[in-house]
Amino acid sequence: MSAHIPINRHSETRSEPSLSAGQRRVPSAKRPSLSLRLAAGIVAALALLPLVYLIVRTVEIGPEIVGILARPRTVAVFFNSLGLTVAVTASSVLIGVLLAWLTARTDLPGRHFWSTVTCLPLVLPSYVGAFALIAALGPNGMLQRLLAPLGVEQLPSIYGFPGAWLALTLFTYPYVQLSVRAGLRGLDPSLEDAARSLGRTAPQVFREVILPHLRPAIAAGALLVALYTLSDFGAVSLLQFNAFTRAIYVQYTGALDRSAAAVLALLLVALTFLILLIEYRLRGRTRYYRSSAGALRHQRRAALGIWRYPAVALCAIISLLALGVPVLVTGYWLLQAGAADGQWLQSIDITLNSVTASGLASAACVLAALPIVIYAVRHPSHSSRLMERCAYIGHALPGIVVALALVFFGARYAPYFYQTLFMLVLAYIILFLPLAVGSLRASLLQISPRIEEAARTLGRTSKQTLTSVTLPLLRPGLFTGMALVFLTCMKELPATLILGPTGFHTLATRIWGATEEAFFARAAAPALILVLVSAISIWIILKHEEGDA
Amino acid sequence: MKKKLTHVASYIPLLLLLLVGIVLTGRFLLMERVDTRNAITIYSGRSEDLIQPLIDRFTEETGIRVYIRYGQTAEMAATILEEGRNSPADIFFAQDAGALGALSRAGRLAPLPEDLLEEVEPRFRSPKHHWIGVSGRARVAAYNPHRISPEQLPEDLSGFCAPEWQGRVGWAPANGSFQAFVTALRVTQGEEATRTWLACMQANGTRAYAKNTPIIAAVEAGEIDVGLVNHYYIHAMQQGRQTTMHVRNHYFASDVLVNVAGASIIDTSGNKDLAEQFVRYLLAADAQRYFTDHTYEYPLAAHAETNPALPPLRTLQTPDMDLSELDDLEGTLRLLQDLGIL
Repeated sequence: MSAHIPINRHSETRSEPSLSAGQRRVPSAKRPSLSLRLAAGIVAALALLPLVYLIVRTVEIGPEIVGILARPRTVAVFFNSLGLTVAVTASSVLIGVLLAWLTARTDLPGRHFWSTVTCLPLVLPSYVGAFALIAALGPNGMLQRLLAPLGVEQLPSIYGFPGAWLALTLFTYPYVQLSVRAGLRGLDPSLEDAARSLGRTAPQVFREVILPHLRPAIAAGALLVALYTLSDFGAVSLLQFNAFTRAIYVQYTGALDRSAAAVLALLLVALTFLILLIEYRLRGRTRYYRSSAGALRHQRRAALGIWRYPAVALCAIISLLALGVPVLVTGYWLLQAGAADGQWLQSIDITLNSVTASGLASAACVLAALPIVIYAVRHPSHSSRLMERCAYIGHALPGIVVALALVFFGARYAPYFYQTLFMLVLAYIILFLPLAVGSLRASLLQISPRIEEAARTLGRTSKQTLTSVTLPLLRPGLFTGMALVFLTCMKELPATLILGPTGFHTLATRIWGATEEAFFARAAAPALILVLVSAISIWIILKHEEGDA
Repeated sequence: MKKKLTHVASYIPLLLLLLVGIVLTGRFLLMERVDTRNAITIYSGRSEDLIQPLIDRFTEETGIRVYIRYGQTAEMAATILEEGRNSPADIFFAQDAGALGALSRAGRLAPLPEDLLEEVEPRFRSPKHHWIGVSGRARVAAYNPHRISPEQLPEDLSGFCAPEWQGRVGWAPANGSFQAFVTALRVTQGEEATRTWLACMQANGTRAYAKNTPIIAAVEAGEIDVGLVNHYYIHAMQQGRQTTMHVRNHYFASDVLVNVAGASIIDTSGNKDLAEQFVRYLLAADAQRYFTDHTYEYPLAAHAETNPALPPLRTLQTPDMDLSELDDLEGTLRLLQDLGIL
């Protein structure tokens, strides 16, 4: 990309361990310990459970597979989803990188406020967000009624591709933003100083130094966006876009044909591998940690000058569309319900349930992701990379597929754990492991292995090195990962409905139950609590991360 | 030293979270285990908002504890199939007859006693004795009286194919109730006639929605003039609003499909006696009146009275068919996919 800039990459005499030179070990890189390999292996095996289930169900039907795959609709719908995924990923990267840079590295007015608010759309369940967008931008919606006095008779249709693109971009760009934010925090400012001292202007520094170093963070965020878009069902069905997940749902819910659904889901897995391959090529093999000795200097903020007005406007417009509109629509439901309904009190218990399940899952996900990430980043080999890639499979599958896979294994082989919180958390881990893997990986890449080596030289055991050196340095990644998993679990629906303990209600199931029967008023309180609780947690996490920098 | 302290402090939230998690997990493992003595487990495709009041009353009256999972009917059915012999479910309370038919076909339902079945007209129960209808929903055309009068509506559904209705009608092809309705058309009118009608509607620019409520909202907003929906949504939506909605239901003179929400007992249930008590309760006067008054559905027990806001059940001329045949959803899906509607 910009390899002609000498300050961009470190030039060291030691050669980089790479795929092609995989056999040639760097002298100080210890062989991975057995416990590390074992832990990574167990996590990867868990992540593979849905795939095993799909293969079991597919093998059942034999040659019929070809017929299912060759249906012209199947093919057309497959390409619909592919197109949507590319479009959403591109627009999310653009918005996410811009917002991350504005909130983390500039003197944007109110940047603490904006950094929380612009992350929040992540917490909206797509069946609420998409519904609100339709209410606002759809035919005869709020916007059209606002514009009607100006003679606007009809707005361009929100349904189909444009609506699905808009909705999914608005609800997924925070994946990129949070990942890039963590990347920016870990970036060594001395590189930028060096570039400036060599006469580069601010935009040049951004393009030639910052952006290339953010590649792993951008790739990680983009990967999550792409897989989320592939697996989303709520938004595409409400916005009437014929996506591939709809075909899978039709087989499950219409035909009760688990085998046909499995064949289609396997196609999704194949596509996921293709996307993972692309990301792998994009991510590159460069090192991103600082090479120079000396203390890490404080990062400086770019002065926006006159540009701060359009910057604030941008943040405001995106927040308004992605967060303001859904909150307004929900508030409108609440007004219609009237105040005295007692539903706030009823909501305390289910809020606790939501927080427990999501909190547990976010801690478990980060713990599960650690061995995978350390193994893949510190001991790159075919098997360690393969294990890391396996972690991503669950995220590309619609929730119902993962849920039914765990029903299959749980009811058959672990009836004692079936329909307990353990099972639900396990489902969350399989579904959302990549959220933690991506952020941890991006963080670990910025930590030089030589720091760990120094600790070992000074007599620390590998365990001590992990707890006293690696983990503290990994903090931005740990917290970003936990935040992402927590917020995503809060809104998860299909697995929660199918696998949660019997009678276990969460905010998400409550909202869904009410909207399903058109009791929108009853959905309002849990929906607002969901946004509020998530806002508080995201604020604490970002604050915490900020304090460490 | 100070640095070390802040370092430890920074992990307190994480540790706290873990601690809370472990404690709560223990709570769920130890206390929330389903106790099967004097209790039943229900998988309900009907939503909590509709059903929970009934469940509470049942427990109050009989002392039988109820564990109930709520979800979508078809997903519940898929879950029961996937659970196999180890299914914890005693009862499957489904939103539509098709899913009941599918489980019946898969051999997962236990027969119900004759005297219980006789509470309900034969047209609303399984001829194999596998399930019984509890409440019914009629297929109607919801229209906006501010934009059209009822006289302008066609005599039957085929009328919506006419050019004057171009782009003015909405349906929900992905929705279970619509698919059941198409299945009924296939059973009663034949494959070819159904295909012709669907293709004609498709060519006429009929708008697709995700489910019934957005259709009603669209009719109310004037986005479309007519929506093919179940009868009770406008009543349910009205309950949540302070302003009066304009939308009205139109019942056609013949072939009004009344799909049922029905109950069944799972073959692997270890509590069939208690489960049967629950099904009986659903058809007793108290529960049936609940459907009349609160859900605006048709109560199906012979002794029950229909809500005065609705035309009486006996005046509805339903298609001559066995509702179990609604389980042939696959043929319907293939047809809808062939035509590009799904």
